[in-house]
Amino acid sequence: MPAAKAIRGIGHRTINAVWRIGMATRFFFLILAYSGSSFRRFHLIIKELFSTGVMSLIIIVVAGLFVGMVLGLQGYETLKRYGSESALGVMVALGLVRELGPVVAALLFASRAGSAMTAEIGLMKATEQLSAMEMMAVHPIARIVAPRFWAGIISMPLLAALFSAVGVFGGYFVGVVQIGVDEGSFWAQMQAAVDFEHDILNGVIKSFVFGTAVTVIALFEGYDAPPTAEGVSGATTRTVVTSSLAILMLDFILTAMMFGGS
Amino acid sequence: MNFPKGKLITIMGLSGCGKTTLLRLIGGALKPTKGYVKVDGEILHDLSQDGLYDMRRKMGMLFQFGALFTDMSVYDNVAFQMREHTDLPEELIHDLVLMKLNAVGLRGTHNLMPSELSGGMARRVALARTVALDPMLIMYDEPFAGLDPISLTVVGDLIRRLNDALGATSIIVTHDVQESLKIIDYVYFMANGVIVAEGTPDEIRASDRDFVHQFVHGEMDGPVPFHYPGGNYRQDLNLQA
Repeated sequence: MPAAKAIRGIGHRTINAVWRIGMATRFFFLILAYSGSSFRRFHLIIKELFSTGVMSLIIIVVAGLFVGMVLGLQGYETLKRYGSESALGVMVALGLVRELGPVVAALLFASRAGSAMTAEIGLMKATEQLSAMEMMAVHPIARIVAPRFWAGIISMPLLAALFSAVGVFGGYFVGVVQIGVDEGSFWAQMQAAVDFEHDILNGVIKSFVFGTAVTVIALFEGYDAPPTAEGVSGATTRTVVTSSLAILMLDFILTAMMFGGS
Repeated sequence: MNFPKGKLITIMGLSGCGKTTLLRLIGGALKPTKGYVKVDGEILHDLSQDGLYDMRRKMGMLFQFGALFTDMSVYDNVAFQMREHTDLPEELIHDLVLMKLNAVGLRGTHNLMPSELSGGMARRVALARTVALDPMLIMYDEPFAGLDPISLTVVGDLIRRLNDALGATSIIVTHDVQESLKIIDYVYFMANGVIVAEGTPDEIRASDRDFVHQFVHGEMDGPVPFHYPGGNYRQDLNLQA
């Protein structure tokens, strides 16, 4: 019976998805429980900050610059219709700080740092490094997972802030330097319209939430990966896909909570 | 199954017979569904996680391919447990690490990364790491797999010498009959999760039990079939009777 088989397949996938969400939640609380011992090894968090944060700088800066330049061009074309070119600075800054900065930086972070975390932990599992660590009475979540988690949490808001800052510069370059929008009104209107608490702080909260989601997904997929080449490659793919969808879904929820109706 | 102090004991059997599972039970990575594992007077699966970790500090395990931490140098791999579990000053750790590496003949490799080592060297570094805290129980999972004849003899000799020097108990899971029979005190043969034969190396060599004889002498004919059970060969090939 093809219909029964299809229903059985849907049921199986649903149970599997619920089970994985439960496991990931338990994994998240385990990370928090072992965070104390990972803070005692603070040098490990610094090391991971370098590989997740510093090594993501180039992609964040280049992407931020181009996104800002595109915003400058598109914004100018739209605002010109209403004779509001002088509001270009506001449009670029709000677009970046509220939305594009946290979202695009998180998507890039998931692709660059998240996939690397999953592949690294998955390979450590496949080559029995995690089992060896456990046999040496050192819990892998305390030594391997928790430092990466905190490095991801710390890196993400900083990368998003940098993305927005470079993006504003890109918008300035296109709008003011190339097209000739008035420099004074570009900066003055931006300064007047962008509110620290309502815009910047909410953007930071978004990037913090995205950073938590991406890092937990990446670490869980690596830790849970089947210890084979195919298993690690599948886990890496799942990290990028699941993280991207989670970012977009969380962005809608957070935007509705922060800016909906205001 | 007993593993007396100071002895070097091998567990042999065909692939999939439960040898590695047994090591994981002894290491506390798995809980038995029946029976118990007692190490140093403590039943492992009755211990809390802290108790189990305390017990594991007295154990060492050499994994099949070494399982060296690939993001750390040889030096840091051997120093790992000393840094994690002791408050020894770095100067003392330095000397201990070099002594452990010297014991396995690889003092000169301390600055290398695991990717720069051959398979045999990686196994010896892993052995140095395994005995870093002088464990009372050392487990070896296929320590001879994939080694050339010289490395095989070196690793076998090291296992025996380290066991005697530390006064430890060693359990080796291996398929390598000839090399292991040269260094061990006692053998257990397993099949389908149960012990089918046991004895000293001399008793095993002289055994007239079909399974042991076939395994020790590597013979094709015997109770262990070459073919995995399958259907009728002619039918599988679609041939008429």
